[in-house]
Amino acid sequence: MSDAAPHREETFGDLVGRALANRSFVIGLFITLVVAGMALVSFFWTPFDVTRLIVADRMQPPSAAHWFGTDHFGRDVLSMIMLGARNSIAVALVAVVIGMGIGVPLGCWAAARGGWIDEALMRFNDVVFAFPALLSAIMITAVFGPSAVNAIIAIGIFNIPVFARVARAGALSIWPREYILAARAAGKNKTRITIEHILPNIANLLLVQGTIQFALGILAEAALSYVGLGTQPPMPSWGRMLFDAQTLMMVAPWLALFPGCAILLTVLGLNLLGDGISDIFDPRARRRI
Amino acid sequence: MKHWKTVVTAAAFALASSTAAMAARTDLVLGMPLEPPHLDPTAGAAAAIDEVLYANVFEGLTRIGSRGEVLPDLAESWTISDDGKVYTFKLHTGVKFHDGSDFDASDVKFSLDRARGENSVNAQKGLFAAIDTVEVVDPSTVKVTLKNPLGSFLYNLGWGDAVIVAPDSADTNKEKPIGTGPFKFQNWAKGSSITLVKADGYWGDPIALDKAEFRIIPDAAAAIPALLSGDVQALPNFALGDALAQVKADPRFKVVIGTTEGETVLATNNKRPPFDKLKVRQAIAHAIDRKALIDGATGGLGTPIGSHFAPHNPAYVDLTGTYPHDLAKAKELLKEAGLPDGFKATLKLPPVGYARQGGEIIASQLREIGVDLQIIPVEWADWLKQVFTDKDYDLSIVSHTEPNDIDIYARKDYYFNYDNPAFNKVIDELNLTSDETKRTELYKQAQTILADDAVNGFLFELPKVGIWDAKVEGLWENSPIQANDLTKVKWAD
Amino acid sequence: MTAYLLKRLLIGMVTLGVASVVVFLMLEVVPGDPARLMLGMNASDAQVELLRDQMGLNQPLVVRYLTWAGGLLSLDFGKSYTYSVPVIDLIKERLVVSFPLAIIALTLSTLIAIPVGLFAAARRGKAADTAAMAVAQVGVAMPNFWFALLLVYVFAVWLRLVPAGGFPGWGNGVWPALKALILPAMALALPQAAILARVTRAALIEVLSEDYIRTARAKGMPMRAVLWRHALRNAMIPVLTIMGLQFAFLLAGTIIIENVFYLPGLGRLVFQAITQRDLIVVESVVMLLVAAVVVVNLLVDLSYAVVDPRLRTRQ
Repeated sequence: MSDAAPHREETFGDLVGRALANRSFVIGLFITLVVAGMALVSFFWTPFDVTRLIVADRMQPPSAAHWFGTDHFGRDVLSMIMLGARNSIAVALVAVVIGMGIGVPLGCWAAARGGWIDEALMRFNDVVFAFPALLSAIMITAVFGPSAVNAIIAIGIFNIPVFARVARAGALSIWPREYILAARAAGKNKTRITIEHILPNIANLLLVQGTIQFALGILAEAALSYVGLGTQPPMPSWGRMLFDAQTLMMVAPWLALFPGCAILLTVLGLNLLGDGISDIFDPRARRRI
Repeated sequence: MKHWKTVVTAAAFALASSTAAMAARTDLVLGMPLEPPHLDPTAGAAAAIDEVLYANVFEGLTRIGSRGEVLPDLAESWTISDDGKVYTFKLHTGVKFHDGSDFDASDVKFSLDRARGENSVNAQKGLFAAIDTVEVVDPSTVKVTLKNPLGSFLYNLGWGDAVIVAPDSADTNKEKPIGTGPFKFQNWAKGSSITLVKADGYWGDPIALDKAEFRIIPDAAAAIPALLSGDVQALPNFALGDALAQVKADPRFKVVIGTTEGETVLATNNKRPPFDKLKVRQAIAHAIDRKALIDGATGGLGTPIGSHFAPHNPAYVDLTGTYPHDLAKAKELLKEAGLPDGFKATLKLPPVGYARQGGEIIASQLREIGVDLQIIPVEWADWLKQVFTDKDYDLSIVSHTEPNDIDIYARKDYYFNYDNPAFNKVIDELNLTSDETKRTELYKQAQTILADDAVNGFLFELPKVGIWDAKVEGLWENSPIQANDLTKVKWAD
Repeated sequence: MTAYLLKRLLIGMVTLGVASVVVFLMLEVVPGDPARLMLGMNASDAQVELLRDQMGLNQPLVVRYLTWAGGLLSLDFGKSYTYSVPVIDLIKERLVVSFPLAIIALTLSTLIAIPVGLFAAARRGKAADTAAMAVAQVGVAMPNFWFALLLVYVFAVWLRLVPAGGFPGWGNGVWPALKALILPAMALALPQAAILARVTRAALIEVLSEDYIRTARAKGMPMRAVLWRHALRNAMIPVLTIMGLQFAFLLAGTIIIENVFYLPGLGRLVFQAITQRDLIVVESVVMLLVAAVVVVNLLVDLSYAVVDPRLRTRQ
């Protein structure tokens, strides 16, 4: 994160060694892979079909047949958690892609051009940051109709200025470096320099921010679905599961327990992963936020 | 010094309240899910307005009792002319509004004229459509002349939308309701609670409660802890779903399952393909498993219906067997309708538990016959706009809570887009008939036509789930109209 | 410094102007008619139209924007469609819940986070540090509404120490009101405390590696004194930044927690207003929250100068 970051090429082996020695990274990666694996498996197999409601089987406690029990419609909670993982990941990931896809070019552009463009971008950021994110997301989904797609858009919009700011700050710290000056002297234009030299050097920053926004996206999706404005049935969502479960806390506590733990673990895993990546790429920086 | 005074006062107060605790309690906190937008029953459709004020703060010429019967209220008695067109009401005397002004016949004329006037924003203006003139005969007598005889006129006057207001306070009732009832309005902490207290010098039977607070509790998730922790002592009408089990098991509470006038239907756009085909609607009717639906959406408490009529009504016919749950038959009918592979449609759901949960179950049931429903949750504002006004929908789930409202199927441009001359004829005849046996016969015909036509998916009669402290007495068991009449409520010693 | 603050002030005002247009336009496209909502299913179209006229909904867009935005400047926010009372009154009623809640939550969060951050920084790399940061990681990852549910069932339903929700109003005594705010404040504060503790620790560690601290340590100053006297003060800037952001978040971000505890705060007001299409309330509250963020940011900028005198001259 500092100007003095080493520009010597590092072997891939060094990186892997440091990664495996990093506890946060290893635990985070493990959790993330488990959740992602669950989501992938759900594409072709879940223990039960959650689109078929068997009301007669409702609210069964965890058993050999239903490891996590069944919900108020007789659906298998484990199957719903698996599909919920897919849903959470899809929403948060696409929101990150939107944020990066628009934010990073904007940030890099502002850093490269400077002047009023830079100023305008920063002011745009000020405006977006001044909006309370969750409230605005609720407004957007309420206006355009509650759905997973609109939740993605609502979350994605607020990712844009985040990535723009990180990309701009990163790029600004790289531009004054000597090898960039050399490249400019060699006649490379700013776009090319940005693509060839700036982006690879800020990739780690973006990756770390990506995992943070990913985790925040999962929390945001859960919150939106919890108030009924996110993913809609029949697609299960962890937030909705919590909403449905909260009245049944005394009757069927497992219904609130499993989705809550799923959210907590996933976010925890991603945050640890982000910390780990940040440490690996920049071992001396201890800005763990 | 001042400090001491406070302490002494506090101690005295504590003593006073502890002795009071010896006698029966005289305060009650009730939980309700929706907050009224304002407090004028004559200027809004929201049921929550009546749920706070009806019979408690505001009174009409007549009122509806706990079994749906018409009772005299501010009108002590009445006579009806032989042609059924002229009603002469004899009013109670010595009645005062809460601001101290006197109630008399001119207030009745004012209220009825205001409700049916050109600038009226009364949500049920239709109730007064038959009125031709309202005349003040003397301060305690009012004569109402109708354009045509109307069997339900006295009932209509018992609605919350027909309560009597005073000219001086009519415009400010939204904020500070002034009525003639046994309770007067004290305070409205917006978003939180509405408090009523006993009114001095009430004209009618004295009431037992000194204070009633309606607390706004948005959903069952919040209602259960509020009840279990004792913050709230009654949830007179609260859909708790499966969570009811934990309250039922608790001896501190009484759970009363009553009836409502809410026919819950899978509203169907009868003009939009493929729902314009009778066979498609019949297929849907065959595909619905009411038992599973009622278990899943109402905790097993709803009563199945086969047409648009309340099962506790004397004129009810059980038509639930018209299209029994039969998937093979349903698929067969779809094939005959030229849709062997099913089809896709949308299901717009308003923000109420029975609709949202019922919708998920219906979607799952129709998927069995290849009908793929996309669930679109909407807020009430959107529902009223998209479904009710613009008729831009395929299917929806909603409970029609107005009593005796089978005639909506005869309305032109009603959102079901149903138009059957034979049915309209029955309703026209019904409006002109006052003989009870004949009326019952016509009601039966109307129900059967709707059931046969499978106009909507007829699902269940919404239950009224009332939960209150086992020591509270006098709350309504059923819900013939949406109200929380507290006039007979008391704590047992 | 003055020039810098003036610039920030100007930027803040431009932000507010742009935000007001964005909010207004966004809510213009909301489907649903507040007049129809008030009158319900049995009212005729003509009646609805009449009510729309009375509510001023039939005026042209620009006129309505200017009326509203002009009103904002003089703190006249217009009249709520559903409650038909001035919006400012509604906001005042709700602020007496939301503002204390945000303050209590922030205080709680700070009281937990700063000591934990100090503690962890002082024992950096040791088991205690690892354990504290592991707990903080879990705190960050915890969805606050889930945490709130758990709190309700433990403290209100099971132990019956505090009410499960609702707000008795300040008029019925300070203690009952505070009691009603304890659980929501905890639910809000703990995840925030986890973030703040991590920031504090990181900032302290950064400061501790600076030369003058090493010198102080080398001179034999005890770790505790170094932490409190030098390091904390200098680590305050990132901590204050985060606290500023958190306060703004708490003011608006209580929306879901207020729903769990059915507190009549700003978040519930705006949530309810969105569903009831009471657009003028939504617009006004959102603008108020945007303004709060702008003001808090300004205050944070200002506080930098107070905490770190060097900044006063640097600009």
